[in-house]
Amino acid sequence: MVDSTLVLKGQTIAYSCYCLVILLVMTWFALRITRPGKSKVNPILFYSFVGFLTVLGVSLHIVTYNTIPWAEMDLNRHEITPDKSFAIDVANHEFLLPAEKMIVEVGEIVVFDVTSKDLTYGFGLFRKDNTMLFQMQVVPGHRNDIMWKFVKPGIYSIRSTEYSGPKGIAMVVENAVEVVPEGTLSK
Amino acid sequence: MKGEEGLFKAESLTAMQKLTLRFVVVGLVYYLFVVVEGMIMRIVEVEQIEMISQEQFFAILTAHPLVGIFGSTYAIVMGAFLFLVPYLMKKPLYSMKLAHWNFFLITAGTFIFWLAGFISHYAPLYTLYWPLPADFSQFNPVGGAIFILGIALVMVGSMFFVINIFKTIAYTPEGWEKQPGAKLLGSALGTVGFGNLFKKKSKRKEHLVSLPVAAIARGSVDVALNAGILLFTGLLILVYMIGAILGYDLKDTAVDALLYKNWFWWGLDLIADGLVLIFVAGTWYLLATMITGKRLFMQNIARAALLLELVVSWTVWSHHLLSDQAQPAFLKVVSGEMVTAFELITQGLAFFITLATLWAARPLKMTNELKFLLGGLLGFALAVPAGIMQADVGLNRILHNTQWIVGPHVHVAILVGLTMTLYAAIYLLLPILTNGAKLYSQKLANLHFWFHLLGGIGMGAFMGMAGLKGMLRRTLYFNGEYELYMILALVCGGLLLIGFLLFFFNIVMTLGVEGVIGVFKPVKNKNKDLVPAE
Repeated sequence: MVDSTLVLKGQTIAYSCYCLVILLVMTWFALRITRPGKSKVNPILFYSFVGFLTVLGVSLHIVTYNTIPWAEMDLNRHEITPDKSFAIDVANHEFLLPAEKMIVEVGEIVVFDVTSKDLTYGFGLFRKDNTMLFQMQVVPGHRNDIMWKFVKPGIYSIRSTEYSGPKGIAMVVENAVEVVPEGTLSK
Repeated sequence: MKGEEGLFKAESLTAMQKLTLRFVVVGLVYYLFVVVEGMIMRIVEVEQIEMISQEQFFAILTAHPLVGIFGSTYAIVMGAFLFLVPYLMKKPLYSMKLAHWNFFLITAGTFIFWLAGFISHYAPLYTLYWPLPADFSQFNPVGGAIFILGIALVMVGSMFFVINIFKTIAYTPEGWEKQPGAKLLGSALGTVGFGNLFKKKSKRKEHLVSLPVAAIARGSVDVALNAGILLFTGLLILVYMIGAILGYDLKDTAVDALLYKNWFWWGLDLIADGLVLIFVAGTWYLLATMITGKRLFMQNIARAALLLELVVSWTVWSHHLLSDQAQPAFLKVVSGEMVTAFELITQGLAFFITLATLWAARPLKMTNELKFLLGGLLGFALAVPAGIMQADVGLNRILHNTQWIVGPHVHVAILVGLTMTLYAAIYLLLPILTNGAKLYSQKLANLHFWFHLLGGIGMGAFMGMAGLKGMLRRTLYFNGEYELYMILALVCGGLLLIGFLLFFFNIVMTLGVEGVIGVFKPVKNKNKDLVPAE
């Protein structure tokens, strides 16, 4: 499974290239608009542009669905049997983790089932360098489950990713999840 | 004191001109509130300062977008449209009294909720995720009740605006020949334009209202729906607050948190993905036709796109709930991804049509209104695709609630896209509203343009970079995790503040201090003329 760092890298490159192009186009337009010259706009150009936007809008989601592995897994997660499942409660701005440390092997499919007892919170896993692995919302009165397949060993922190009042900024549990190389636990 | 060359004379203004200028001045003052608040938060994101407690920080974070949307943008937009609809339709505004109440309620309501937040630190954030607004272990119910009252006043003022706009379109002024009210409304709401799409050229019906008026009418539909949603939501929260004040602890689980979230975002997207985009497109069309003096390129398609945008704005809300696992997958994919993608098309159409209209009139002089219009177009060209990317089931998992959302999407859309469009409209309307006042300094106007453009794009970009590195929005970091990005965003925020101060100084010097005060003095001429009779 592709790591989320790689997906973000791809997105950064694509969006940066787009920004560069649109900045150049607008600069060119601003310079040319003040000069005399051909001014007729061919309707074919307009319809081609509309067609391009339509293809782009539709294809973006098709491409991401087929290239970002967790997209399909997320939508169909109730049909997949996980290797491990962790139940976590949240109440009074505090994560209540399972008694045993959450240790996962690379390649395992894991479900984090998070229940809020009071407010709306967020649940995100973060790497040591503070980059985000994934997140979801934790809404009271509903099931909040996220399925994930870990592809690299590492130690991850949990942080609430949703504002729940000023008290919410302290909702961080350092080194809460450990991902170990494949086969480590069975040795 | 008397303004540039003494050309501006407040006593020469009509009642309508004065009212519009009051809306604009109040909108700009509230914009200053927002920029200063933004700068305070930018400083705190770099380093915590003693005088701003964490509770104060989040109270500012709650008030900041609301003052920006209601106190600043709503005021400027409503003032401009209350003038433009009658101006474009060549008939008086339906009710000056309603317009004055509209002005008063927006101004007072914004001040009340801002002050309540400032004093009591009521900070459930603009998202109001249930049951946080009723969490009285963190917030004072009295402060919260006053806060909600302020918002409610703004919503009532917004309703008055909507009534005035639709009445102005449809009514028959005294002494006029009977106006076809229903047909005028039909044209404004798009039924005529929609029908024309399926008719031969020779059989197409004439549009009774101009395209900018149609855009204003359609955006006003979303203003009304949103006001209804927020009023209802406010009332619900108020019931819990009054209960708490009277010593009754109402059961907050009686309200389903996910249903509430859907309801709230349905209403809020009527602003963010509805009236803002529709009003902006309409303003682009108006500016392009007024700058060039030419007809709009592909006018019928532009009208149809505005109608499509209206429908899209009613069905798009689920992109805010892509990270809510209990949200049905069907809604995530259809509303969250597919319908949202339509915004790329509708905004793209408006972008192309505006540029094509300008292109058809080249060579054009690079006036202030033209350069700010191009800045506004660029802002949306950058921000809309950033939004489309996050409205994706896969990408949302790693972007939701990061600084990416609030930087390259929200702030670039509002600061660069929307605000520069509003500046373009202000520069264009300034001579009409002031009976020919001359701008004090073109150099200051140029500096304002560059400072605002670079500051807005730069701030959005650095926030976005921090977001891609995992920095969340609506939180604080204490160990310098994203310090470099936040310092750079602070510098860009500083450019925005300086740009605005230069603009404000330029406008005050144009009108003169006496002139600005004169705008708020009672009007002598109480007739319904929009501009003074020749």
